[in-house]
Amino acid sequence: MTWGALIGLGLAAYALKAVGPLLAGHRPVRPGAAQVLELVAPALLAGLIMVQTFGGDHRIVLDARAPALGVAALLVWRRAPFLVVVLCAAATAALLRSLG
Amino acid sequence: MLAVAAGLSVAQACAMSLLVFTGASQFAVVGVLGAGGAVAAALAPALLLAARNALYGLALVPVLRGRLPVRAAQAQLIIDESTAMARAQDDPELARRAFLATGLSVFVCWNVGTLAGAALGGALGDPRSLGLDAMFPAAFLALLAPQLGRPGARTAAIWGAAIALALVPVARIGVPVLAAVVGVLPATVELRRRARRAAP
Repeated sequence: MTWGALIGLGLAAYALKAVGPLLAGHRPVRPGAAQVLELVAPALLAGLIMVQTFGGDHRIVLDARAPALGVAALLVWRRAPFLVVVLCAAATAALLRSLG
Repeated sequence: MLAVAAGLSVAQACAMSLLVFTGASQFAVVGVLGAGGAVAAALAPALLLAARNALYGLALVPVLRGRLPVRAAQAQLIIDESTAMARAQDDPELARRAFLATGLSVFVCWNVGTLAGAALGGALGDPRSLGLDAMFPAAFLALLAPQLGRPGARTAAIWGAAIALALVPVARIGVPVLAAVVGVLPATVELRRRARRAAP
């Protein structure tokens, strides 16, 4: 990753955040539009979960990442803290790989 | 730690946490790069994930008062957590304090954590044998779960997951994730239908 791309992403991310507070006083977003835009993150995150768990080189792979995701799901459901969820998932995958 | 495993330098990982400061976007960049995706393929989903901060910013306009430089600095602290804490308060002054306290503490922890992780990540061995690749889906799941309560979010997530998975064997790396955005469409249709049913 180049520094240019990194700084570009930083500037873009900041610009998005700053739209509201810096250009304040404009009319608010229509509630309908806001509701639709709020759906972008769940759709993308779900897509990322699938690709990062089952994605391989142009094929679907079932390996230690899948049971690790299961452990993560259980912990998220039990409302475990973020770090606990992430570290337990890593430990699950590492353990399964060291066994098999 | 994950960033270094994906080929970023320690300085780049830290700069990203300071400059971008949006967890989901950062994980998205590193996840796609780590899977062998091109930089452009990594940046697109990151930007789409960062777009919700613009909505948060607009929602926080009544809370984030002050002179221009103050507002400009506060804007960087707009993230899921600080927005949620501010929205939980009815009084604007309390909301502002909640926003600042949450935003600043997450900012400090996030950046210290990145530095520690990046330094450690460089010293570690094979990221796969340590299960580091399994950290990404777990992190995304932890970020996704609190959002599923919003109307239509479950539908968007299910469709996004299905679309991405279906495209993995055929599309280039990064494309399946981007295509998951299409999951917003069936969710929008569902919202419309619900709104129509609710209307007399």
